[in-house]
Amino acid sequence: MSLVFYISSFVAILATIMVITRHDPIHALLYLVASFLAIAVTFLSLGAPFAAALEVIVYAGAIIVLFIFVVMMLNLGKETANQEKEWLRLRVWLGPSILVLVLLAEMIVVLLQPQPTAMPAAVVTPREVSLSLYGEYIIAVELVGFLLMTGIVGAAHIGKHKKKNLHRYLQTYPNLN
Amino acid sequence: MTVMQHIWIVLGVLFVFLNIAAGLIWVERRLLAMWQDRLGPNRAGPLGLFIVLADTLKLFFKEDWIPPFADKWVFILAPAIVVASVLMGLAIVPFAPGIVVADLNVGLMFFLAMSSLGVYSIVLGGWASNNKYSLLGALRGASQMIAYEVFMGLSLMGVVMLSKSFNLTDIVAAQENMWFIVTQPVGFVIFFIAGLAETHRLPFDIPEAESELIAGFHSEYSGMKFGMFFIGEYLGISLISAMTVTLFFGGWLGPAFLPPVVWFFLKTFVFIGIFILMRASLPRPRYDQLIGYGWKLLLPLVLLNLLVTGAIALWLRS
Repeated sequence: MSLVFYISSFVAILATIMVITRHDPIHALLYLVASFLAIAVTFLSLGAPFAAALEVIVYAGAIIVLFIFVVMMLNLGKETANQEKEWLRLRVWLGPSILVLVLLAEMIVVLLQPQPTAMPAAVVTPREVSLSLYGEYIIAVELVGFLLMTGIVGAAHIGKHKKKNLHRYLQTYPNLN
Repeated sequence: MTVMQHIWIVLGVLFVFLNIAAGLIWVERRLLAMWQDRLGPNRAGPLGLFIVLADTLKLFFKEDWIPPFADKWVFILAPAIVVASVLMGLAIVPFAPGIVVADLNVGLMFFLAMSSLGVYSIVLGGWASNNKYSLLGALRGASQMIAYEVFMGLSLMGVVMLSKSFNLTDIVAAQENMWFIVTQPVGFVIFFIAGLAETHRLPFDIPEAESELIAGFHSEYSGMKFGMFFIGEYLGISLISAMTVTLFFGGWLGPAFLPPVVWFFLKTFVFIGIFILMRASLPRPRYDQLIGYGWKLLLPLVLLNLLVTGAIALWLRS
């Protein structure tokens, strides 16, 4: 399984780099989908099939579709692609990249330490996931529930149409005069 | 199970379902004709069966045109996604004891994951065509499928509660004494409606509503690329029918005078027939009616179903 892990991690990293460097937003989002699918396979190889399925359903299947939906509604054209090209100049990405490379070097050093780094071989079943969600982590689940409810209420408030109770003669007609 | 057996099962499932999808071209037209009091295709071959060949040949030999204004690679990718995701979904359906491509312990989640990936074919196809009708179709398709995915997943959780497993073989085995249609009628109805919306079949074919949007998200497609959308739709019908049978109608279970596989396919064909009857009998709702119906009626109903199922399951246990 460790070969599967390394291949899918490599694909995930590659896809994520492509997400950052694409100019067309839809192409970038497609690479993001590929990255999420690769991460799902990584979860699977680590013995977490439930998390892998959720990753595909929630991230790849719902959230990115909404992203693409919004990008399609905005109908971004060539101008945005050019703008993206402007932003991806050497001066912009050089600084962060150097800092990240330092972190990468540190991580490699840490990983090279002679430590037992065996991957957990045990497969986590859906039953165990749900038992820990509704037992050990019940507070976190409920807090997340509150948070999502706030979001829904806020969205409903913003989306609500104000009802006008004016008589039609009292309404102003900007086009008439 | 040996490797060869696995390969035979994979090839068998592919062969059977691709042929069912092609055969449905004829089945659908004949059934529609029957219900609309006309004859349907009856000239080529016995009972008009060669219409399948004629249609397939036509699709293969038509000019496969990519519009110059389209996003070429995404345009090519989109029709492949629909067929691939549906065929992946078929991998977890148990046709008989032991005849299943992948007996996953998260089988049901895998099915939901694959059906949620199917949205990309509509969204990307419509966007890459760079045509306003396609784009409108894609926007409708995306919101419709995202909304109905939620009810589809939630409607199946009652079945999971009763069978205590996500594994489809276990779910079928749990129906040994009583099919889940008896204990989960609401779940079945909502799953079937959501299945109609997910396969965007009539009456819910809003992404391609011909009278409003030419052909919706696949207006610009021709030749075999259009054929992939076409076959993908029939494969989707077969997959939803097979899943309905597995989850609510006892899968391969049935009286012993017929082998399990035969029972499975008999039941599946009944549901394919119902899919076609829906198309023959129901008008298309308006777009906002469809979304409102989903969120305002189906969502509360499916949550209530979950609540009641959970309460009864707890009560029976204590």
